[in-house]
Amino acid sequence: MASVTYDQATRVYPGQERPAVDALNLEVADGEFLVLVGPSGCGKSTSLRMLAGLEDVNSGRILIGDRDVTDVQPKDRDIAMVFQNYALYPHMSVADNMGFALKIAGTPKAQIRERVEEAAKILDLTEYLDRKPKALSGGQRQRVAMGRAIVRQPQVFLMDEPLSNLDAKLRVQTRTQIASLQRRLGVTTVYVTHDQTEALTMGDRIAVLKDGLLQQVGTPREMYDTPANVFVAGFIGSPAMNLGSFAVADGKANLGDTHIPLTRTTIDALTEEDKGEITLGFRPESLDVATEGEEGAFAINVNLVEELGSDAFVYGQLAAREVAEHVTSGAGEAQLIARVDPRRPPMKGDKIWVKVRAGEAHVFSSATGLRLPA
Amino acid sequence: MPQSLQITAAAPDPALLDLPWHVPLEDWPASHLAALPRGISRHVVRFVKLSGRVIAVKEIGESVAYREYALLRDLNRLDVPSVEPVGVITGRTAPDGEPLNSVLITKHLKFSLPYRALFSRNLGPDMATRLIDALAVLLVRLHLTGFYWGDVSLSNTLFRRDAGEFAAYLVDAETGDLHETLTKGQREYDLEIARVNIIGELMDLAAGELLVDEEMDTVAVGEMIVQRYQELWDELTGTEEFGATERWRVMDRIRRLNELGYDVGELQMTTDLDGTTVQIQPKVVDAGHHHRRLMRLTGLDAGENQARRLLNDMDTYQAATDQQGEDEEFVAHEWLSDVFEPTVRAIPRELRGKLEPAEMFHEVLEHRWFMAQNAGHDIPTAQAVTSYVENVLRHRPDEEAVLGLDTATLAAIEPD
Repeated sequence: MASVTYDQATRVYPGQERPAVDALNLEVADGEFLVLVGPSGCGKSTSLRMLAGLEDVNSGRILIGDRDVTDVQPKDRDIAMVFQNYALYPHMSVADNMGFALKIAGTPKAQIRERVEEAAKILDLTEYLDRKPKALSGGQRQRVAMGRAIVRQPQVFLMDEPLSNLDAKLRVQTRTQIASLQRRLGVTTVYVTHDQTEALTMGDRIAVLKDGLLQQVGTPREMYDTPANVFVAGFIGSPAMNLGSFAVADGKANLGDTHIPLTRTTIDALTEEDKGEITLGFRPESLDVATEGEEGAFAINVNLVEELGSDAFVYGQLAAREVAEHVTSGAGEAQLIARVDPRRPPMKGDKIWVKVRAGEAHVFSSATGLRLPA
Repeated sequence: MPQSLQITAAAPDPALLDLPWHVPLEDWPASHLAALPRGISRHVVRFVKLSGRVIAVKEIGESVAYREYALLRDLNRLDVPSVEPVGVITGRTAPDGEPLNSVLITKHLKFSLPYRALFSRNLGPDMATRLIDALAVLLVRLHLTGFYWGDVSLSNTLFRRDAGEFAAYLVDAETGDLHETLTKGQREYDLEIARVNIIGELMDLAAGELLVDEEMDTVAVGEMIVQRYQELWDELTGTEEFGATERWRVMDRIRRLNELGYDVGELQMTTDLDGTTVQIQPKVVDAGHHHRRLMRLTGLDAGENQARRLLNDMDTYQAATDQQGEDEEFVAHEWLSDVFEPTVRAIPRELRGKLEPAEMFHEVLEHRWFMAQNAGHDIPTAQAVTSYVENVLRHRPDEEAVLGLDTATLAAIEPD
C-alpha cells in the first residue's frame, strides 16, 4: 500500500490550448479514500487516467509511494482499475474466477489459494469458493468481481464512476458496500464521480475540480461547512446553497428590503475590486422562520413545497421582485430554497419571513469568488 | 407520472412500435424471439425478429445506452468493423407504472459467428490462432482511429469468415471512448485487458470441457495477441531509415502496406542535413485496400481477404482471356458477369444461407484447386461448383444467423 502524489501534474490534449488538468497538486495518504468530483469536463476522469497511465502527463510528475510512475506503463504501476471488467466466467469456480489473473501471472498455486481465501473471508464468500458463479446472488457476484482486484494486492484501487450503470436503488447499496470494504482493506483508493452526494457519503476526503483546476480538497465536513469559493459552495450540498450578490453598506449586506449584518472582519477583508459588493451564501437549513420587521428577516413567496417526511423544503423567490433574480440556488435561476418545520409547512402561494441563523452565512468576495473570513 | 416511449433512431422502422416494450426483456414471449437465450450475459440481451430481419436488443441504463449508440454510429461512420446501431428506446414503463430500463438496438451481423460457436466445432488446429489474428487486426484498426475499447475480449467480438481466415467485428462499445489519438498507455492497457480476457475466456472453455483442442496452452494463445498486435502496429506506424540511394524502399514500404490490406493516406519523409539518410514513417493508413478496390470495380461488398481472393481471380481471368492491355473496369465487368455471378447462381437457393456469396466463391476456388491437384489437369468452374455443392456445402451448417447468445459472461452486478 502506498500514498499517491500529483506534483504539478498537467495534461494538455493534442490540439487544445487549455489544459484538461492544470498543474494538479494533490496528496492522497496511504489507505485513504479520496473522491475526485466535479461537473463534466472538469478534469476528474483525466486526473484518474493520468494516475492509471492512460493519459500522458505533459508536465509535472505522479508518484505512487516514493516511486515516480510518470513514464511507467499502466500494467507496471501496481494499480487496479476496479469494476472495469466485471464479467464472470460460468464454467470456472468462484475461487478460479477470483484467482485466474494470478494464475496467468504464474503465481504458485498455494499462494493463489491463500490469497483467494483471504479475500473471500473479507468478502464473505468463503463458503462459495468451490461453487460456480451461477449459484450466487447478484450482490455476491459483484463481490467476486471485487475479489479479482483484491487478490492482486495492488498499491492503489482506481474507480471511475463505477456506479453509473446501476439503477438508483442498487447504486445506494453498492455505494455503502464499496466504502465499507475499502475501509476494511485499507487500500489507497481514488474514486471519480460527478455526483456530490456520492462524494460526501464515500470519501475520507473530497477534491473538487472545475475547468481542470483543483478548487478545494478536504473532508466532507470541511467542504460543506467552509467551502473555499463560490463554486464549491454551490456544488457541494443537496439541496444546494442559496447564493446572492449583495451591496455592502452600513456594516450590512443589502438587497432590496433585506439587510444582513456582516462582521467587522468580513468588511475589512473586502478590497476595491469588490466594488462594494459581496456574495452571500446560506444553506437551506440555515434559515429560520422569522416575523416581519425582525432584523435581517426577508420575505419569500412560496412557489412549491417539497415534503419529505423528515424534512420539508420551500422553493420560492425573494418577495422583493426587483431584486429576486440576484439570489440563485441549485433549484434554478432566481429560486431560493429554505428548510422549514415539516410538521407546519407553508402552502404554495404563501409569503413567509425567514432570516439567516447567526454565524451560518458564508461570505465570498464578489471579485475573486474566494471565501472571506466571517 | 408515466413517461411516454421515446425512440431515437436514424431510420426508425415503424414495426418497432409493435414490440412489447412494456415487458422486461427477460420475459419476452418466444414468439418475438429469433433464438431462445442459451445463457446469461452481463446484461439482458435478446435476438428479436423485426420486419424479416433480426435485431439484437440489450437492456441498459439510459445514459449508457445513448452513449454506446453514439459511439457505434461514430465507428460506423469511420468505417470500423462493428455492429450497426439501430436506435435507443427510453421511457419504458410496465403496466403497473414501474419504470423499465432503456434498450439499445443493433442489427444482427449476418453470417457472423460468436467465438463459442467456433470453438465448439472442430475447425482445424490453428483456429485459435486465426481468431486471435483477426482480433489483433481489429484492435490495431480501432487504435489507429483513436478508439480505446476498455473491454477487449472474444465475447465482445463477432467473427465472420474471410476467405479461410476470420474478420473480427466489435460488438460491445460500452466501455469505449473515441479520442483524437491514443496514448501509448491507452494502447498498452487495452492490449493487457485483451490478453487477460482472452486467457480467461479460454480457461473458461477449458473448464467447461468445450475446447476441441484439450491440450491448448491457454496462456500461450492469449499472449499471442500481444505479439501479433505489436508486429502489425510496428509495420503500420514504424519509422524506417535508409541511405539516400535506396529510394526504392519508399515504394516497397507502400507495397508492403498494400499487401497487408492498407492504403497509405500520408507518408512522412525526412532527410538528415546532408541528405545521406532518409527516414519514412506512415502517418495515415486506411484499412480495406482490397475491399475498396473490389467495391470500386464490381460493387461487391466483401471482407478484406475475400476481396483479395476475388481480385486475384479477376487478374487470372484477365491473363487467361488475353486482356492485359484492357482497362481494369471493363475486365472487372466481364469477370463479374462471366465468372462470379454464374458461380454464385449455380448454388441451389436452399443452400445460400450457409455462407456469404463471396465466401462460397472463395471455397469453390479452393475446391477447384484441390480437384485439379487430384486430377492433374485444370477443372472447369462449372464442374467444380457441382462437386463443391454436393460434397462440401450441403454438409455444412447454416451460418446466416448463428444466434448463440454470449454465454461466456455472467452478470456480476445485478439486483439480488
